[in-house]
Amino acid sequence: MTQAGTLTQKNRTIMTLGEGGLAICFAVSALLCLVAAGLTAEPAFEFHALLGTAASIAAVFAILNRYYGASNALPPQEIDGRPNYQFGPIKLASGFAVFWGIAGFTVGLIIALQLAYPVLNLDLPWTSFGRLRPLHTSAVVFAFGGNVLIGTSFYVVQKTCHTRIAGDLAPWFVVLGYNFFILIAGTGYLFGVTQSKEYAEPEWYADLWLTIVWVTYLLVFLGTLMKRNEPHIFVANWFYLAFIVTIAVLHLGNNPAIPVSFVSSKSYIAWAGVQDAMFQWWYGHNAVGFFLTAGFLAIMYYFIPKRAERPVYSYRLSIIHFWALIFLYIWAGPHHLHYTALPDWTQTLGMTFSVMLWMPSWGGMINGLMTLSGAWDKLRTDPVLRMMVVSVAFYGMATFEGPMMSVKVVNSLSHYTDWTIGHVHSGALGWVGYVSFGALYCLVPWLWNTKLYSLKLVNWHFWISTIGIVLYISSMWVAGILQGLMWRAYTALGFLEYSFIETVDAMHPFYVIRAAGGALFLIGALVMAWNLWMTVRLSEPSEASAPVALQPAE
Amino acid sequence: MSLLARHKIFEKNSIILIIGILVVIAIGGLVEITPLFYLKSTIEVVDGVRPYTPLELAGRNIYVREGCYLCHSQMIRPLRDEVERYGHYSLAAESMYDHPFQWGSKRTGPDLARVGGKYSDDWHVTHLIDPRSIVPQSIMPGYSFLAETALDPSVAKAHLKVNKTLGVPYSADQVTNAAADMRAQTEPDGPGQDDFLKRYPKALVRNFDGKPGLTEMDALVAYLQMLGTGVDFKLYDEKANLR
Repeated sequence: MTQAGTLTQKNRTIMTLGEGGLAICFAVSALLCLVAAGLTAEPAFEFHALLGTAASIAAVFAILNRYYGASNALPPQEIDGRPNYQFGPIKLASGFAVFWGIAGFTVGLIIALQLAYPVLNLDLPWTSFGRLRPLHTSAVVFAFGGNVLIGTSFYVVQKTCHTRIAGDLAPWFVVLGYNFFILIAGTGYLFGVTQSKEYAEPEWYADLWLTIVWVTYLLVFLGTLMKRNEPHIFVANWFYLAFIVTIAVLHLGNNPAIPVSFVSSKSYIAWAGVQDAMFQWWYGHNAVGFFLTAGFLAIMYYFIPKRAERPVYSYRLSIIHFWALIFLYIWAGPHHLHYTALPDWTQTLGMTFSVMLWMPSWGGMINGLMTLSGAWDKLRTDPVLRMMVVSVAFYGMATFEGPMMSVKVVNSLSHYTDWTIGHVHSGALGWVGYVSFGALYCLVPWLWNTKLYSLKLVNWHFWISTIGIVLYISSMWVAGILQGLMWRAYTALGFLEYSFIETVDAMHPFYVIRAAGGALFLIGALVMAWNLWMTVRLSEPSEASAPVALQPAE
Repeated sequence: MSLLARHKIFEKNSIILIIGILVVIAIGGLVEITPLFYLKSTIEVVDGVRPYTPLELAGRNIYVREGCYLCHSQMIRPLRDEVERYGHYSLAAESMYDHPFQWGSKRTGPDLARVGGKYSDDWHVTHLIDPRSIVPQSIMPGYSFLAETALDPSVAKAHLKVNKTLGVPYSADQVTNAAADMRAQTEPDGPGQDDFLKRYPKALVRNFDGKPGLTEMDALVAYLQMLGTGVDFKLYDEKANLR
C-alpha cells in the first residue's frame, strides 16, 4: 500500500485497505489465470482462463487509475445532511439488464424456431439446441433477472434505509463480478462446458467465482441495512435479504463437485442418482421461489406503492406473506419428481406443501393489487403502472397453476410436456418480465434524474408483448395437454394409439405459434431498450456538470 | 395483536432477521433431503448395476455436454402407457452411480432410460449423424461432428479416480487400466479383451461406430447401448423393494 508520493492535486496520500487488498488479489488472480491458461489442454478452459487474466488486469488498472487520478477523494457519506446515494453501480446493472434481456430473448426465439424448424440447428456443436437452451435460460433468469435484482436492491436498500450503500468498491465489484460470471457461464455453454444441473449448469470454477461475488453482495446489502438511518427495515428489504441468503444456501448445497483436474473444466458432482435429483430440484424450485419470486416481490413491494403513490395495502398481510412464503417454498421441490424413483413420502410432502403455497402466494398478490386502492384510475393513464399491475395478475395466475400442476394426478399428464414450458413462461414473461420492465421504466428516469422519453412507447411495448405472451402460453397449454393425452391414448383393442414421433409431429403448429409469441415479446423489449436509451441520452445536458466518475458502459 | 408487535424485533435488527430467515428456510430441506442418505429403502437392492466402463463414462459426458437431457428423460414412471412404451419403470438403484443424475424434465424426444439394445449400432450412428434420414418428422439436431472427433483415452484414469473418490465402487485395477479398457471396448479382436471383460462382466465389446479409431461417436453409442440393461427384470423382485 505504498504510493508514489506527491502527484498533483491529490486529496489523499494513502490507499484504502479495500483498494490495496483488491488490487493485490486481482494481481494474484491475473497470474494464476495466466498459469492455468498455459497448463490446460482444453480450449474452453484456456479461453476462460485468458478472460480471467484480462478481467483481473483491467480491475487492477481501474483501481490504480482511480487512486492516481486527478481527484481521488473518497465520496462523502452525506452532502448537506442528505445521504449521498451511490447510483453508479445501479446504472451499470440496469444497462446490463437491458442488454442481457435482449440477448436472452433473442436466444429464446432462436431455440423456439429450432424446435419448429430443426434445420436451424445447423448441425454445428455450438449452435445446437442442447447448448443454446441453457444459454437462453441463464441469460434471461440470471443475466437479465439477476441484474434487475442487483440494481433494484441497491437502489431500494439505499432509499429505504436513508443511507449511502455500504462499501466503496464492493458494490462495483458485485455488479462487474456478477456479469463476469455471466460471461464465463454463457460462453461455457457454447463450448459444451456444463454440469447439466438445470439452472445450475455453470462448472466448478464459475461456481466458485459466483460464491465470492454473492457473499460480497450479501455483505454489501447487510452492511447497508446495518448503517440505516431508519428505525425499521422496510418490507421490500426482507424479501431481498431472503432472496440473497437463500440463493447462497441453495448454490452451496446443489453444486459441490470435484474437478477432474485444476486445469480442466470438467467436474463430477458430489451427489449421485436419487439424492442428486432431490438436491437439484430443491435448488431448482427455489431458484424459482427465491430468485424469481422473493426477489421480484421485493420489487413489487417498493415500486408499485411508489409508482401508485399509495402505501402498501396491509402491513400484517406482508408479515404473514413473507414468513409463510419462505417457509413453504423450500418444501415444494419434489413436485418436479412426481412418479420418479424418488421415494413416495418425499413426493407427497412436496405436493402437500406446493398446494399450501398457493395461499401465501395469493396473499402477496392481494397485497400488491390492493395497494392500488383509490388509485385504480392511474391504470388508464400510466402504462408503467399498468405493466406492473398486470405482472402481479400473472403472478397470481402462475401461482395458481403451479400448485394445480403439483397435484400428482395432474402432474402425471403435464410432466415432461410443453405445459410445463407454458407454465414457466406465464411466470417468467408475465410476472418476472413485466415487473422488471416496470421497475426499469421507473428506475432509469430516477437514476438519471430525468423523465421517461415516451409513455406512448411504453404503451406499445405493453400491448405488443402482451399479445406475445398470450400466444406463447396458450399454444403451450394446447401443445402440452395434447401431447400428454396422445402419449396415454389407447385404441379400442388396448394398444397404444400413437407412436412417439406422431406426438412430436403434432407439436409443429404450436411451436410455430410459440415462436411468433416469442418474437413479439422480443420486439416489445426492443421498443423498451430504445425508449430507455433515449431517456438516458436526453438526460445528459442536465448532468453535464457532474464529476466524471466511473461511467456505466452500456 | 401482540404477536405482530413482537415482529418488530425482526424489523429492527438485521442480524436477527437473517437468522430467522436461515432457520425458516432450513427446515424443509433438512426434512426432505437428509433421510434420503440414511433410509435404506431409498435405493432398492438389485443385481446387475455396475459402474460405467471408461468408454461409457466418456459417452455419458458427451451426453451431458451436448445437453441431451434437455429433450430426453431417463426416468420411466410407473404408469401403464409408459411401461408399455419404454419398459419397466426406472429404479433409483439404476442411477446410483450417476454423477450427476440424468433423469431429465422434458420429453421433446422419447425417454432413453431403456434405449440400450433397442436399436442397432448402425441405426444409432446414422440417426445421430442425420436424424431425419431415419425418422423424417424428427426435430433432433444432427451430431455428425461426433463421428469426426477423436477421443483421448489418456484422461480416462483421472475421470475414474474422481468418481471413485465420490463413492463409485471402481477397483484400483479398473482405475489403473482405464485408458487400456477404453480402447479394448471398441476392439473385439484386440489383445485387452479378456482383462476388460473380467473387470466389466457383460459389457458390450464392439466397434460401435464401425470405423477404425476411437471417436466420440463410439463413446456415445456405447453409453446409449448400455442404458437400462443392467437389471434383469425377470429376476427382479418388486415386492422385496416396496417402499
